[in-house]
Amino acid sequence: MTHGFPRPKQPWQLSRRRFVQGLAAGGVLAATPSWLQAAAKGATALDSAPVLSGREIDLVIAETPVNFTGVTRMATTINGSIPAPTLRLREGDDVTIRVTNRLPVATSIHWHGILLPYQMDGVPGISYPGISPGETFVYRFTLRQSGTYWYHSHSGFQEMTGMYGALIIEPRAGERHRADQDYVVQLSDWTDEDPMRAFSKLKVQSDVYNFNQPTFFDFTADVSKLGLQAALEKRQMWNQMRMNPTDLADLSAATLTFLMNGTTPAGNWSGLFQRGDRVRLRFINAASNSFYDVRIPGLKLTVIQADGQDVEPVTVDEFRFGPGETYDVMVEPQDDAYTIFAQSMERSGYARGTLAVQQGLIAPVPEPDPPEWLTMKDMMGAMGGGAMGHDMMKMDSMGQTKMDHSQMSGGMAMDHSMHGMQQGSENPLAKPSSTIRHARTEYGASVDQRVDTPSTNLDDPGIGLRNLSQRGLRPQGHRVLTLADLKSIDGVLDDRRPPARELELHLTGNMERYSWSFDGLEFGKSTPVSLRHNERVRIILQNDTMMTHPMHLHGMWSELETDQGELRVRRHTIPVQPAQRISYLTTPHDLGRWAWHCHLLFHMDAGMFREVVVS
Amino acid sequence: MRLNTVKYLTTLVVIVGALQVNTALAQMDHGDMQMQGGSAPADARDPHAYSDGYTLTEGPYAQPGPRQLKLADEHAFWSVLGDRLEYQEDSDSTVYDIQAWYGTTYNRFVIKAEGDIADGTLEESSTELLWGHALNAYFDTQFGVRLDLYDEGKDRQWLAIGMQGLAPYWFELDVTAYVGDDGRTALSAEAEYELLLTQRLILQPRAELNLYGKDDLDNRLGSGLSDLALGLRLRYEFSRQFSPYIGVEWTDTYGDTADYRRAAGQDTSGTQFVAGLRFWF
Repeated sequence: MTHGFPRPKQPWQLSRRRFVQGLAAGGVLAATPSWLQAAAKGATALDSAPVLSGREIDLVIAETPVNFTGVTRMATTINGSIPAPTLRLREGDDVTIRVTNRLPVATSIHWHGILLPYQMDGVPGISYPGISPGETFVYRFTLRQSGTYWYHSHSGFQEMTGMYGALIIEPRAGERHRADQDYVVQLSDWTDEDPMRAFSKLKVQSDVYNFNQPTFFDFTADVSKLGLQAALEKRQMWNQMRMNPTDLADLSAATLTFLMNGTTPAGNWSGLFQRGDRVRLRFINAASNSFYDVRIPGLKLTVIQADGQDVEPVTVDEFRFGPGETYDVMVEPQDDAYTIFAQSMERSGYARGTLAVQQGLIAPVPEPDPPEWLTMKDMMGAMGGGAMGHDMMKMDSMGQTKMDHSQMSGGMAMDHSMHGMQQGSENPLAKPSSTIRHARTEYGASVDQRVDTPSTNLDDPGIGLRNLSQRGLRPQGHRVLTLADLKSIDGVLDDRRPPARELELHLTGNMERYSWSFDGLEFGKSTPVSLRHNERVRIILQNDTMMTHPMHLHGMWSELETDQGELRVRRHTIPVQPAQRISYLTTPHDLGRWAWHCHLLFHMDAGMFREVVVS
Repeated sequence: MRLNTVKYLTTLVVIVGALQVNTALAQMDHGDMQMQGGSAPADARDPHAYSDGYTLTEGPYAQPGPRQLKLADEHAFWSVLGDRLEYQEDSDSTVYDIQAWYGTTYNRFVIKAEGDIADGTLEESSTELLWGHALNAYFDTQFGVRLDLYDEGKDRQWLAIGMQGLAPYWFELDVTAYVGDDGRTALSAEAEYELLLTQRLILQPRAELNLYGKDDLDNRLGSGLSDLALGLRLRYEFSRQFSPYIGVEWTDTYGDTADYRRAAGQDTSGTQFVAGLRFWF
């Protein structure tokens, strides 16, 4: 392990390359005490987290020095490793997990996506009081599901400083897909800054980490390329509304080092295979604030599982996922080496690793794509698609419908009556309502924009991933996974009841003040969403912001449906794109209080967080 | 640099800005859609409609005792911005212009301090202590007091009411009205714009003007538009928080203020180079 310079440095003092690429041998400095690894099996790949399995697990949370960039920092670790140990458990087992807190402050562990009694869910202040310093909390629950999940701290910013690990539950009936190699590929991000300091900087200047802002010379370049009129038009709405078209992420490589299995890009995590192997890659986005766009140049990715639930296999070339989401992917490598390339959504950097037939082989590493400006569609939804003439997105069918409404009425009052009449035929809740109902608290200082013509299609890969082949960034026929490609194999139709009622909530924010909320109410001003035990209920989420929010509902599944009310896929974390309106059904089987929040850690902490009461 | 050049350059920036606003207003007509601001219609959705009367601390399965989970929306933050800490060549003086705040997203205690130091003496200073409350998504209203200190002249105290925030097209605005002793009134307005030449090289036009309700003989300020300052500063952000700059500032005085200066044998207008530091933490 490399011991770097003990003296803290500002990011700009560091060599740019080392900061972005990280140290080749970066990571946890202290050797993990052997007693902690007593139950650990040998890791399947170099640099991977240790594996713990069985019905009884012991986890110890402590501060551990790490060095990812050349400076030594204190991380919060579980059993001394980053990522935390991979837990390999078995469906149907009753597990006992003892978590001991050796930090000077309280801590917690949340089992992300796991159905369990609410007291075991690990959210301080909602499930339980948390785990005090010196205390051991015993989690006991029965594993009622299988698949790829993860676990992390739900206290402050501890997750961001190292507390995350993979949780694999083997199905009782055996795996649906045979694999010769099985790797966890856990993506995360690391900052040398105190996360609270980074957050408070955003509070002062919300674009502090954005070094891809529109400049005067971008403008003059556009003038010579598009003409003055077009160059002005391209900027007009953004500038008028005080919105930044390059606001793709709050943090960037200006403070983050992107990690794959706790390894820097320079460190190059590697997973080995033999030619002809079927390799299962369990991708987990354990980042605090980074969406990743993942591809393995030269390999098709067959997605077989999303958020731990088997889906009808779909073969793609690339997928995007946000913090909290997981995708299991099968690949069949034929060459000697491939790069696993995961560029961050704002394109400031990437996490990277290698699949190879032997240690030490590498494949070419692509450059990150040039960042793409948000479009009118990302600001206004369906109406921004074509009517404004500002981008090339083709109008989808529902977008067209929405358009018609707004052209017809131009106001919401008309919309109400129209929808009332149209949907009056059979079950009024057969389809999600398309009547936009802003909360009255969306008209205050907490909300910087509202969307009146949201898009409802699920087949938009999202900003930066649209028209990649046409833009010359990928080969012809390059396919990017969208939510529309995902269909659960089992489970999603277990409850065939139509929803008995419909809730609508809007995702809101104010970028300038750096505040995030549901319906314009940050957590402290909110009241819980009350659900009845075992009711079938529809939740509509409309994103009135220009960022994508991975929305994670604890304690129950989020069963995504189309805008026609067709059930598609069972998730625990659903990314909602800018100006998008999506809906999902849920049946709360477990009583108690549960958290519901954006899994971008800073958005959650800023207040995009609700409590759900099931009673 | 010639005075006229600065004048024209700054005027150009202002005109381009104004034209942009005009174009915008013309093009903003997307039917009745209003994406920002406004007031809630009577039938707007109740954000507590799904709560069944439960709160974060009351109702089934609530944790006992006072609410434990508090997120950043209930935390106080603070910041200090040294917008201008500069040496002015012509007057051989040092100017400071610092703002600090402490508070939450919507309610903040604000200090604004500006002053002029020459020959080691604080020649004049103006310090405001304000309570800021969010008016809308982009603007805060501010109430408080302002204290003006003069090395030569008479100190003044004012009650202040103002508005500070970000206007469409990214103009930083700060407009405050003041009421003082003996029926004195004043208005000051400040506008700044940041033009990113590159990600780190930033050109900042800045305009500031002061109006007074009646003559202040002691401090040689005339009623009406008293003075106007237009500046253009070019800074390099070594980090977002630390940027040295150079610039040029043109100032002019009007009406009785100009007369007082003429009588005292001082210039009524001038152009000078400045060099300084912008920082925040």
